[in-house]
Amino acid sequence: MTETIILARAQFAFTVGFHILLPTFSIGLASYLAVLEGLWLTTGRQVYFDVYKYWLRIFAVGFAMGVVSGVVLSYQFGTNWARFSDTAGPIVGPLMAYEVLTAFFLEAGFLGVMLFGLKRVGPRLHFVATCVVAVGTLISAFWILSANSWLQTPAGYAMTPNGRFVPADWWRIVFTPSFPYRLVHMVLASYLSVAFVVGAVAAWHLPRGRQCEIARLMFSMAMWMALIVAPIQLIAGDMHGLNTRDYQPAKLAAMEGDFDTEPGTPLILFGMPDLDAARTDWAVPIPHLGALIITHSWNGAVRGLKSFPRQDWPPAPYIFWSFRVMVGIGLLMITLGGWSLIQRVRSRLYEDSWLLRAAVAMGPAGFIAVLAGWTTTEVGRQPFTVFGVLRTADSTSPIALPAVATSFAAFVVVYSIVFGTGFVYILHLMRRPPGVGTTETGVLQAGAMPADALGPGPHPALGG
Amino acid sequence: MAYWLPVVWAAVIAFAVLAYVLLDGFDLGIGILFAVQPREEDRDVMVNSVAPVWDGNETWLVLGGGGLFATFPLAYAVIMSAMYPTIIGMLLALVFRGVAFEFRFRAQTTRGRRAWDLGFQVGSTVAAFCQGMTLGALLQGVRVVDRMYTGGWLDWLDAFTVLCGIALVLGYALQGACWLILRTEGELQRSARSYARALGLAVLGLIVVISLWTPMLNDIYWKHWFIFPQILLTAPVPILVILVAWAFWRALQRHDDLVPLLCAQAWFLLCYAGLGISIWPMIVPPSISIWDAAAPPSSQLFLLVGAVILLPMILGYTSFSYWTFRGKVRAREYYQ
Repeated sequence: MTETIILARAQFAFTVGFHILLPTFSIGLASYLAVLEGLWLTTGRQVYFDVYKYWLRIFAVGFAMGVVSGVVLSYQFGTNWARFSDTAGPIVGPLMAYEVLTAFFLEAGFLGVMLFGLKRVGPRLHFVATCVVAVGTLISAFWILSANSWLQTPAGYAMTPNGRFVPADWWRIVFTPSFPYRLVHMVLASYLSVAFVVGAVAAWHLPRGRQCEIARLMFSMAMWMALIVAPIQLIAGDMHGLNTRDYQPAKLAAMEGDFDTEPGTPLILFGMPDLDAARTDWAVPIPHLGALIITHSWNGAVRGLKSFPRQDWPPAPYIFWSFRVMVGIGLLMITLGGWSLIQRVRSRLYEDSWLLRAAVAMGPAGFIAVLAGWTTTEVGRQPFTVFGVLRTADSTSPIALPAVATSFAAFVVVYSIVFGTGFVYILHLMRRPPGVGTTETGVLQAGAMPADALGPGPHPALGG
Repeated sequence: MAYWLPVVWAAVIAFAVLAYVLLDGFDLGIGILFAVQPREEDRDVMVNSVAPVWDGNETWLVLGGGGLFATFPLAYAVIMSAMYPTIIGMLLALVFRGVAFEFRFRAQTTRGRRAWDLGFQVGSTVAAFCQGMTLGALLQGVRVVDRMYTGGWLDWLDAFTVLCGIALVLGYALQGACWLILRTEGELQRSARSYARALGLAVLGLIVVISLWTPMLNDIYWKHWFIFPQILLTAPVPILVILVAWAFWRALQRHDDLVPLLCAQAWFLLCYAGLGISIWPMIVPPSISIWDAAAPPSSQLFLLVGAVILLPMILGYTSFSYWTFRGKVRAREYYQ
């Protein structure tokens, strides 16, 4: 039975891990597209629309992948976690169903207009469609993170005598203690991830002398985002960490690698938590810093893992390291933002080839940080599905090992083929020089085909 | 409240699933018809005829699944574990078919494009087949002990479920052909008409076979259909099926663009009503009723408030989207 649980967990981690990258991309990119189209409509400057068209195609590919991988998840709770679904469905189910009703339909309904409808509905209504899609992605994030936060810090429920959850107070269920922090942290992560992708694409094209105005606009906007949002994200992350201290202290102990509870807790920079020996080997500690960051006092004490029952310990090594990957990337992002400000002040933003190289290298950074962050918080919830209440071992489906193993293998093969190909297509779209094939006069003149809104490509008889 | 809430929610979920088979039905049907429509240009037209709306259509499936999870969690848990292979098969098939919309226009080589054409075709066909089998398996009943499925992982597989799978593939293909009659013109429309003729015949035959087979699956279904006075309510269903068949062939003969699609959808509606007559008030035959499976009233009520406000809005903007992209579609209209 334990192999079945491990396989079911691995399968869920695999499908949800693939999926989360795509909403991250869609949330950030949809907002970026809305800003671009808004700027285009208010300033009338063609360059904004050129950048819009460039990213719209990429958005379409990413969005399609997000939809299909999301559909899988809406059924996977039942296939692999039947007992969880039966027990916690009355609470988690409505939150997810609200996501479908308020967001999934909204995005799907207006995506067609956004991708194909410019000529049919005109620029103003088209802008409305873009905004609706962008808002839809944010509403979607609201409900999904609400559901996830309830699993992390459950509240507002009662239990029936036979051990099932019953909603008691929906307000407290939707707005659990960790929800506001998680929502802000995730939306900022989406914006940052996309900013670094946009920055990387621009930085890749800039030294190749291609369509400078368009690439410059992209790079400049991306670096402003890095400069402003990355430090805000650090603060949001710190507040989220304090929330974890209050509501999921065992997870925090695992993140910090703290087994003992001692006053003036050091900050362990690096090390290797050893669960069997209950200590962190090869630790590189900085005295008192852990206490300072987490308790905001010099001699404060962070609760160590040993103060929790052994059977409630999360698997600390994964959490310890994924957390460091996330924080490390965050610090690199702040550095790049600062570097870009210096070069901007010196009017060398587009010429510093090392800055451009660093920006290209940092292109995927946001996504790696998102995966690392989710690993921290989700593995940190173990060994529970509903933290502190329902154990993972009591959440599974009555499915035989061969069925779970076969389906897991099928997911790995199909996702590798489909999302691997999609990734290559997206890279290919990003390699297109920005602005090629667009006309100076724009595409909204009479006679322009709706397809023109999709940007460059070999098509006949386009207006202009 | 404890009586009516599950009834209302059963109706809402039934509506979502119906909307799904009527809307995504023709999308998937177009993919299934790739098998007999090899010309690239025709395929482009076919895909473009649904490109702006397919995503919304598929969302009804998510509402069906998500709504079931929220309002009948026990049914959701039992059905997903009992029909594990057909559900997973459907999901994987939908992955291929969903991305193929984008990918077949992004492929850099003819071979890549062919591969995604095949992904679109096989994905659509397998998804439809798995959905049909899931339905057939549900009709046959699921073994449940202590709120959990207790059968093996291939219990659902037999002649009846396979027949239901085939029926749904052909049924979706029929809808797809009728959609093409409405949205295309010229040679493609002509061949769509001839597919519709053949598929109509096959689907009608399968409706008859499955309709006769279903009441024999167990006594309860039999009683639902053939005991007086219920028979007064059930008798119109087969009569209407025949009337629709008459209208369908007459419309094909007269080269009407819209009526064949409406008739194909009416067939789906009638079969769906027949399904309801058979299993009501069970949600997982033979042992779990909608009241057994219902989430607590506080859950159902919380979501119902949203559904009452949001579903009309969804229907409104979905109609707007269909209206925006109305009329005959051409090869290079959206994707190219």
